[in-house]
Amino acid sequence: MPDPDTAGAPRTLGDLALEVRSKNAGPFWMTLEAFMPDEQAYRVADALITPELISELYHVPPASLQIFRIPELHVVKVSFPRPVVQGSLHDRDMHAGQHHVPLANTVVPAATAG
Amino acid sequence: MPDQCGPPDSVGILVPSGMLGAGFSPGTITRGISLGADVITVDGGSTDSGPYYLGTGTAKTTERAVRRDLRLLLAAACSAGIPLVVGSCGTGGTDSGVNWVAGLVDAICVEDGLDLTIAKIFSEQQADRLITKLERGRIHALPPSAPLDAATLARCTHIAAMMGHEPIEQALRAGANVVLAGRATDTAVSAAFALMRGMPPGLTWHAAKIIECGGQCTTDPRSGGVFARIDHGGFTIEPLDPDAACTPTSVAAHMLYETVSPYTMREPGGTIAVADAVYTAVDERIVRVEGSRFEPAEQYTVKLEGAAITGYETVSFAGIRDPQVLRSIDEWAGFFTKTLTERVETVLEPATPAEVGVMLLVNAEDQETATAISKLADPLLLHLPLPAMHYLPSFAFATSPAHIDRGAAYEFVLNHVVEVDSPTEMFRLEMTNA
Repeated sequence: MPDPDTAGAPRTLGDLALEVRSKNAGPFWMTLEAFMPDEQAYRVADALITPELISELYHVPPASLQIFRIPELHVVKVSFPRPVVQGSLHDRDMHAGQHHVPLANTVVPAATAG
Repeated sequence: MPDQCGPPDSVGILVPSGMLGAGFSPGTITRGISLGADVITVDGGSTDSGPYYLGTGTAKTTERAVRRDLRLLLAAACSAGIPLVVGSCGTGGTDSGVNWVAGLVDAICVEDGLDLTIAKIFSEQQADRLITKLERGRIHALPPSAPLDAATLARCTHIAAMMGHEPIEQALRAGANVVLAGRATDTAVSAAFALMRGMPPGLTWHAAKIIECGGQCTTDPRSGGVFARIDHGGFTIEPLDPDAACTPTSVAAHMLYETVSPYTMREPGGTIAVADAVYTAVDERIVRVEGSRFEPAEQYTVKLEGAAITGYETVSFAGIRDPQVLRSIDEWAGFFTKTLTERVETVLEPATPAEVGVMLLVNAEDQETATAISKLADPLLLHLPLPAMHYLPSFAFATSPAHIDRGAAYEFVLNHVVEVDSPTEMFRLEMTNA
């Protein structure tokens, strides 16, 4: 049985965020951004989004990642080379517009979700 | 454009939309002109829709949509006596794209009685000339790409070089009222006129980056046009839709959009550095930006874009509702792939309880082979049972024939820069009086 006090609480980064989005940054790179609503939520995203997490979610080497933490905008931005070049045979997302989903679906640790 | 005695106090730039052919309301232009626009700039292309457009040298936008936008822009530029700059003509910025837009401009000028001097700037590159530069060690890879080889250049159906502001400025100085540029950096299109007039490079490049996507930097990204006024200490930016607003957050956040880094952006002649920029609300819908810098590079470099054919494709779809197959859809997909052994890729979206769509994409060295393999797959897509099934299911084809030939498929193969001795040496300027 879920605890009634936390049943409606945000569970994923996507629940907490104003928007989690992804897009090409040119044909050879892609970029992810988590737009958080306030400082508290930003701190959750800032702690959650680590090179290890992105590496695991997107199957990319941690050394290839550029992570920008922008507290004044409550944004964490992550850029890395596209594992599959835009439009090439195995690319299934021309604009990289749906790659945010694994990040958005990442469960926020209960202690920080609240 | 005759030189002024000195730089003006400010330069106003009207961007009607994020892309020529995207459409905008006539009121957008009226409002921008009334704010004192000194130039109208609009981007005509991008790589964002994929390699097909550069690969084929054809435009993503339709002739009707582009003609409609051009007619309004040419009339406004002509009556206000200000230049119009269009960048990356015809989506990929190929010579065919520049000539296509130029043909539309010429026809409108004749129909509407406009007397304008038109400049065409071509940016398409021949592989053999680039191979010479490659052999001289003047072409370098950008991360994450490998060093270039001559064979990759030779594979490209079209190669475009991205111009900076200099070829556009050259055309404006030569007296062009309308500049139709091949592939250009999105920022150079909007920066060229203001730089020519002596506005500070850091502020001009940053303003150009903010406005290049039209309403993307506003609270309503669908709102369309924006207006920037650059002076010697900063720039202000406001939406041309009276119902939209620019806020310090909406403007600052635009440096995130489709960029690797939110703080720096490389142009041919240097780097836009905005980490120290300060964004201040002038009122509820106008933002002022100060503190942006431009750091000149030691070596001027021009970025290349090239698309090559990866093969020829045919696509087939089938719908499956058979519960027994749905329960084992991964097994069916694996079995399908195994059964259709030659050059087959299945792409499966996560299965729904009721139905899955199967897309078979065949990529082969020529269209005849791609079609032949898809025909081989046809009875499998229609009837393939799981090994344990004791009956022959018939799945759902939406169309007859069930396959769709896609023709040549393309990929981007160039992510490299060329060292040049002059910013204009790779671009060819043609001036015509319409």
